[in-house]
Amino acid sequence: MPITYTSGEQVEVYRFSIPVTVGVPLLALFLQAFIPLRVPRFAVYFDLPLLVTIFFAMARRSPIAGLFTGAIIGLAQDMLGHNPIGIYGIAKTVVGYGASSLGVKLDVENAGARLLVTLGFYLVHSAVYFTVARGMVNMTQHWSWLNGIVAGFANAVLGVILYFVLDKFKQRT
Amino acid sequence: MESVLGRYRNLTILVGVLFLQVLGLAMQVKRNSNQAQDTRLIRIWAVGAISPFERGLVWIQSSSSNLWHNYFYLRGVRAENRQLKEQIEHMRLEQVRLSEDAAQARRLQTLLAFKEQYIAKTIAAQVIGSSGSDLSRVVYIDKGEDAGIRRDMAVITADGIVGKVLTVYPSVSQVLLINDQSSGVGAILEKSRLQGVLRGTANGEVVLERVMSDEQVPAGETLLTSGGDQIFPKGLPVGTVAKVSNGKDLFLSINVKPAANLSKLEEVLVLVEKQERQATAEDVRVRAADILAQRLPSVPEKPVDAQAAASATPGSPAANTGAKPQAQAKTEGKPPNGTPGKAQSTATVKPSGTGTGAIASAPGQSSKPATATTIAKKTATPVEGATGAASKTSIVEVKPKPKSAEPAQSTSQTPPSENSPQ
Repeated sequence: MPITYTSGEQVEVYRFSIPVTVGVPLLALFLQAFIPLRVPRFAVYFDLPLLVTIFFAMARRSPIAGLFTGAIIGLAQDMLGHNPIGIYGIAKTVVGYGASSLGVKLDVENAGARLLVTLGFYLVHSAVYFTVARGMVNMTQHWSWLNGIVAGFANAVLGVILYFVLDKFKQRT
Repeated sequence: MESVLGRYRNLTILVGVLFLQVLGLAMQVKRNSNQAQDTRLIRIWAVGAISPFERGLVWIQSSSSNLWHNYFYLRGVRAENRQLKEQIEHMRLEQVRLSEDAAQARRLQTLLAFKEQYIAKTIAAQVIGSSGSDLSRVVYIDKGEDAGIRRDMAVITADGIVGKVLTVYPSVSQVLLINDQSSGVGAILEKSRLQGVLRGTANGEVVLERVMSDEQVPAGETLLTSGGDQIFPKGLPVGTVAKVSNGKDLFLSINVKPAANLSKLEEVLVLVEKQERQATAEDVRVRAADILAQRLPSVPEKPVDAQAAASATPGSPAANTGAKPQAQAKTEGKPPNGTPGKAQSTATVKPSGTGTGAIASAPGQSSKPATATTIAKKTATPVEGATGAASKTSIVEVKPKPKSAEPAQSTSQTPPSENSPQ
């Protein structure tokens, strides 16, 4: 039975089947944990759970659904590491809320808009993570604009390709 | 109030969810500061959900890779085999040299009553996953509590140390790598013997801290574990010094290149048992030089009267300086004047064609090959009857002669054949 999310707005709202709703984030988490064993720099430049969060949030166009999607994916990502649980959770909650709020107001279906949105939200995600990790958990963090922008573009390019694939799973309400 | 909440419903929920997470995070941070390191059930669930997939994928990958490499792709195996055999020969010679050094070190440690730590037991494990974040440098291995792994066990590879076990689950363990910023390892520089603390940085580098800035640390120097952290035994390779610069607070900033490739770990060893025992030199009977002498090709034999050589009194000029070109004896300790003490005389007997042998070489002076060896320990009396038969290896140990003149006791250990495969 498909799960339906609507925002009540006049824009097109999509829903996803349960296997896609559960399976895609799990697959993203799994790949994020596995690929760095073979490609060590992958974890530095790419964040697949973030891309999945942005995609679902924008497609559902519901801020509440978006923020919960981000919170659940982020908390799951936190659990795989050894740092306190909640740092990714907070960052992805903000991203999920922001992406779905933006999805309500803007047309985020074309590749150019998706590229910019992903780049922007990657920077937002990094900034929130940096603030929480440094301010609350007292982790040593170094902010680098160059690394952030390079990684943001890398994620944006990968995101556009990934969103194109995930579009196949969209179901109209 | 209700209308305000209704109007900003989404924002209210966002704030609520964020508040809950911040609250949870704050509770964890407080807990960590109180040293309570219990594993949370939610972490166990998450790892339990992800690790079977990782384990399965690694298995499929390694199986298909093994199938290809072990059954189909065998090109160049013969050449490689030849190379490896040559390498083994070189390593055997190197091993002989190192054995001699180790024996000497053990003797010295015995004198100083040192206690040594040995790696008694390790468990091999495969790396099946990571945290997926460059801010949490941990990996997961496919062995857990069921395999006997416990928290804080050292994890190493053949190249060097990797990290320590941070969290143990029933069939999986989480390993904190040495390049994570929360890790710390006691380390010592091999030559200068300067000690410091090895730490990871936020960008995944490894640095050695707490070395004073007035010390000289050359780039390229090897770094070993110091054993001070009670996790890693002393002397394991850590890495090499990559770059040295002035740090803060009068300390040097030393960048270290880890010996183990931390970014491409596949198999690791978990050190599950360490043993501490006092060093003894008693178990070192056959000297490394003798093993080397046995393995070297023999030269045309020259009959020498072994009886005469063996009966040469240790400590006498004939024995110590080598009156005959091929007859030398090494004596350690006090001269054989009957006083209490440990005096050791070692003689290597070169066989003659007639079955008699002569003392051929002393340790470290093995210029001539030998096929029969006699090692004699004595204090007061010379070894009598040290005529080694050809193709025999003998260890003759002579107990200290008591004041009442008793005949010397001899024990002899004879392996079946000298020509047995080495």
